[in-house]
Amino acid sequence: MTVTASTSDARSRPVQIWLVVWACALAAVLAVFLLQDRLAWAVNYPAGAIVPVADWVSALMNLIKSNFSWLTRSITAALGVPLDFALNLLAKNFKIGRGADMIILPRLSWVGVCIAAFLAGRAAGGWKLGALVGGCFLYIALFGQWTSAMLTLGLISIAVPFCIVTGLFVGIWAWRKPWAERLLISPALDLMQTIPTFAYLIPMLLLFGNSPVSAMIATAIFATPPMVRATMLGLSRVPSEIDDFSEMAGCTARQKLWRVLLPSARPALMVGVNQVIMLALNMVIIASMIGAGGLGYDVLLALRALKVGEAMEAGLAIVALAIALDRLSQAIARNHAQGHVYQMVSPSFWRRYPNLTLAIAILAVTTLLGLFVPAFAAVPKAITFTTAPMWKTAVSWITINFFDTIEAFRVALILNVLNPVRAFCEGFPWLGAVFLLGLAGYQLGGLRLAALVAALTVFCAVTGLWEKTMATVYLCGISAFIACLIGIPIGLMASRSDRVEKVVTPIIDTLQVLPSFCFIIPVVMLFRVGDVTAMIATIAFAVVPAIRYTNHGLRQVPPALIEAAKVSGCTKRQTFLRVQLPLALPEIMLGVNQTILMALAMIIICAMVGTRDLGQEVFIALSKADSGRGIVAGLAIAFIGIVADRLFNAWTAKARARLG
Amino acid sequence: MADTTDQVPQAAGTPKDARPIKLACYNVWKLFGANAANFIRQRGGAATMAEVAAAGLVGAVRAVDLEIRQGEIFIIMGLSGSGKSTLVRCMSRLVEPTHGKVEFEGKDLLKISDAALIELRRHRMGMVFQNFALLPHLNVLENIAFPLGIQGQDRPTREKRAREVIELVGLRGREHFYPRELSGGQQQRVGIARSLATKPEIWFLDEPFSALDPLIRREMQDELMRLQTMLHKTIVFITHDFDEAIRLADRIAIMKDGEVIQIGTPEELVVNPATDYVAEFTRDVDRAKVISARSLMRACDGTEHGGVVAPDAKISTFSASIVSAGKPFAVVNGSGKPIGEVTPQAVIDLLAGIERPGASA
Repeated sequence: MTVTASTSDARSRPVQIWLVVWACALAAVLAVFLLQDRLAWAVNYPAGAIVPVADWVSALMNLIKSNFSWLTRSITAALGVPLDFALNLLAKNFKIGRGADMIILPRLSWVGVCIAAFLAGRAAGGWKLGALVGGCFLYIALFGQWTSAMLTLGLISIAVPFCIVTGLFVGIWAWRKPWAERLLISPALDLMQTIPTFAYLIPMLLLFGNSPVSAMIATAIFATPPMVRATMLGLSRVPSEIDDFSEMAGCTARQKLWRVLLPSARPALMVGVNQVIMLALNMVIIASMIGAGGLGYDVLLALRALKVGEAMEAGLAIVALAIALDRLSQAIARNHAQGHVYQMVSPSFWRRYPNLTLAIAILAVTTLLGLFVPAFAAVPKAITFTTAPMWKTAVSWITINFFDTIEAFRVALILNVLNPVRAFCEGFPWLGAVFLLGLAGYQLGGLRLAALVAALTVFCAVTGLWEKTMATVYLCGISAFIACLIGIPIGLMASRSDRVEKVVTPIIDTLQVLPSFCFIIPVVMLFRVGDVTAMIATIAFAVVPAIRYTNHGLRQVPPALIEAAKVSGCTKRQTFLRVQLPLALPEIMLGVNQTILMALAMIIICAMVGTRDLGQEVFIALSKADSGRGIVAGLAIAFIGIVADRLFNAWTAKARARLG
Repeated sequence: MADTTDQVPQAAGTPKDARPIKLACYNVWKLFGANAANFIRQRGGAATMAEVAAAGLVGAVRAVDLEIRQGEIFIIMGLSGSGKSTLVRCMSRLVEPTHGKVEFEGKDLLKISDAALIELRRHRMGMVFQNFALLPHLNVLENIAFPLGIQGQDRPTREKRAREVIELVGLRGREHFYPRELSGGQQQRVGIARSLATKPEIWFLDEPFSALDPLIRREMQDELMRLQTMLHKTIVFITHDFDEAIRLADRIAIMKDGEVIQIGTPEELVVNPATDYVAEFTRDVDRAKVISARSLMRACDGTEHGGVVAPDAKISTFSASIVSAGKPFAVVNGSGKPIGEVTPQAVIDLLAGIERPGASA
C-alpha cells in the first residue's frame, strides 16, 4: 500500500505543477483580454507592424516569371505533348492539319472503353469487380458525362505515372540519405500535404497559365507525397535478412535496389500507387479552376450558377469514376501482394496477356466502327438520360415544404453556436494564443516543439492574417469537434458489434474516396451558401477518420487484457472505462488529429460557398492571380495544420510511451 | 588415468590439423557506439567487458580468435544475444568488424576492394538464413537461379543449374511454386538450394533450422549431413541448440557475451568443459553418443578381452555388446595393436551417469 501511495505521489506532483502553471497562464491571457483598451497591441496585431511577406513573394514570383519564361514555356510545351495525346485519345479526337484538309482521327469509342474497363476489372478481381468497374463507366456514359469524364481521366492517366516515377526516385534518395530525409524530404512532405489544394493553383496559374498543363503540374505535385512515403516505408520494412542475402549473392548496389529491395517492397509500393491515383483525382477536380476542364469544371460552372441538378449529376459522375479507379487499383495491389499464379511462359503476346489483347482488339474494332456507326463514336442522345430535373424537383419540393424548418435550424445554429464562437475566436489576443500554444508545446514536447509552434503562430499574426486565421480556426474547430462527437460514438458501436461494422465499413470506404468537392453539392442544395453549409460539408468529409481509428483502436486492445478484466470482476462499464478506453486512447487521438487535418482541408475548399476565412483569401487571390497573397494565406493554413498535428502527435507519443 | 585424458585433444585433433585453414578470425571485435574504433585501437585491441561498458559501448563480438579448416563443420553455439550472428556477419563482411583481422585462405578479407568482395561472394561464399530470406516475387526456380542471374549467366544456363540443385534438395515438381505456397521446411530447402547453386566453397548457415518444427528440424539435419557427405563444403553453422550442435559438429565454438569461451569437438566439450557455463550445456547430453572408446579406456591389466573396438568408436555403438559379454573390450589402433581396454563397468557407469574419481575427467 505504501509503495503504491508513494508512486502515485511522485506521479501526481508534476501534474499538479502543470495545473498551477496552466491556471496562471490562463489568468494572464484573461487579464490581457480584459485590459485590451490599454494593451491593444497584444490583442489585435498592430497594422503598422505587419511584415509585407505577401509583397515579397509576389515580387519573387514575378521575377521568376519574367526571367524564366523560356523555361516555363518549354516545360509547358514538353508536357503538352503526352497530355494532348491522352486527351485526344480519350476525349477530343485527333485533328491533323487545318481547315478544309483537316483529317479527324476519332477518339476511342465509349463502347470499347466500357468493355475494356470491364475486362480490367474482371482480370484484377473477378466478375464482380468487372461488373462494378464496367458499370461505373457505363453509368458515366449513359448520364451524358462521357466527354468530361474522359478529360478528367486523360489528365489523371498522364499525371499518375509522373507522380509514381518521381515519388519512387525521391523516396529512394531519401531512404539512401537519412540526412536528406530528416532535413529536406520529411518537412517538405509535411508542408506539401498540409498546404491547401487551392494554394497550389496560384503559382501554377502564374507560371504556366490557364491550361491543362498547369493543372497537371499542380496535380503531380499534390499527389506525389504518398508515393515518396510509401517508397521510404516499403524499403525500410524489407527484412534485414533479405538485405543480407542480396549482399551475399554478390549484388552490386544497383542490382540490390532494383532486383531485390524494390520487388520485395512491392505491396507497400502498390498502396502508394492507390493513394496517388485517388489524390490525383481529387486534385484534378479542384484544378478545373485553372483550366483542367472535365468533370470538376462542370461542377464549378453549375455551382456558380446555382444549378444544383447539374452539379449533382457531374458530382455523381466523379463519384463513379472515383469508385471505379479505387476498387480497380486496390484489386491490382492485392493481386501483386499475393504474387502471380504460375503460367507457362509462352512466346505469343496473345497467350501471355489474353485480357490486354482482347481489350486492345475491342477498342480498335469499336473505334473503327465508330467511323461508320455514329452510335459507337459518341453516346447517342437517345439512350442518355438526365437526372438533373429530378434533383431540381426534389430540392424545390424540400424547399417548399421544409423551408421554415431548415431555415429555423440554420438561423438557430448561426445565432446560438457559430456567431458566439466566432466572436470569441476573433477577439482572442494573438499574443495570448502564441503564449498558450507555446506552453502546450513545451509541456508535450520540450523546448524545440514550443519554439516551432510559437514561430508558426507568430507567422500568422505578423503577416496581418490573424483575424482570418482565427476565423479558419473557429470553423475548422467547430466542424472537427462535431465530427468527433458523431464519429467516435459510431466507431464505438462498430467496435462492439460486427454487424454495425459491416454496415459502416463500406460507407466510410466510399466517403473516403470521394473528392472533397462532392460533399459541398448536396449541402448547398439545402442550406444555400454560408458558414452552415461549410460546416456540414466539412463534418461529412472529416468524420471518416474519427470512426475508423476509434473502431480500430478499440478492436486492437488485446483480448487477454479484456479477459483479465472480466476475471477480476469488472462490469462491462468498468472494463470499457478502465481497460479498453485508456489503451485505445492514443489511437483514437490519432483519429481526432486526422479529423482536424481533413476538416482544415475541407474548410478551405468551402471558400467556394462563401466563408470569410483564409480559404476565401486564397480564393480571391486565385481569381486575381495574386500569387503573394495566395501563397502567404496558403502557408498560414498549412501552419495551422502543422501546429495541430505536432501537438497531437507529441501527446500521442507521450501516451504511447506511458503504455509501453 | 592422466595419460588417457591427455590423449583426447591430441588424438581428436591430429587428423584434422592436416587440412588447410579456410577462414580465420584473429582478435576480431565488433563494438557498437560512438568512437568505437578509436576506443579499441587506443587500447591495442584489448579491453575488458567493464571497460567497454564504461565507455558507453556495446560489445557484440569481443576478441574472437578461431580457425576453420577446409571441409569441416564448424558450429558457433550461443544463446540469443551472445553475438554469434554478428560474428558470422563479420566473417562474411556483412558487418564491418571494428577491429581485428579476418582471413580467407590467408588473405585479409577486410582489405580487399568492394569489387573483389562482390566477386568472392558471387562465387565462393554461400549463406542460408534463419527466416529463409526468399524473394516473395519469384518462384522456386527463379529464386534458386537468382544468384546466377546476378552474375550475368543467361537464362538457359542458370535454369539448368537451378534444376540440378532442385533435384539435389528433393524439390522436384515444385519449381513453379511461390515461397508463400511452401511449408517452412520446403522453404528452407529452397534457401539451401539457392545458396548451393553457385557452388560455394564456404557455406554460412545462420540458424537455418531454428524456425522449423522439431520433427522437421531433425529431418533437415539429416538432409544437411547427407549433402555434406556428397559436397564436402567448409561449413560455418550458427545455432542456439546444443543438441543440434552435438549432432552435426566436427568442432564447436561456444559463445557468451560476445566472447568465445571454448572451442573443441563435442567430446572435448563434454569431457573437459572449460567453464561451468559450458558444463551446464553438456550436462544433459547423451554421453554414450558423444564419448568415444579412447576417452574411457585404461591401460590393459591382462584380463581376457570379449571383443575389440576402434579408439574413435562412440560408446553407444558397442555398449549393449560389452555389457552382455561381461568382459573388457580391447581398444586397437589402425594396425590392430591394442592401446588399452574399456571395461563393462566403465560403460555402465557412463550410461548411469555415475562419476567415479578418476574414471573420467
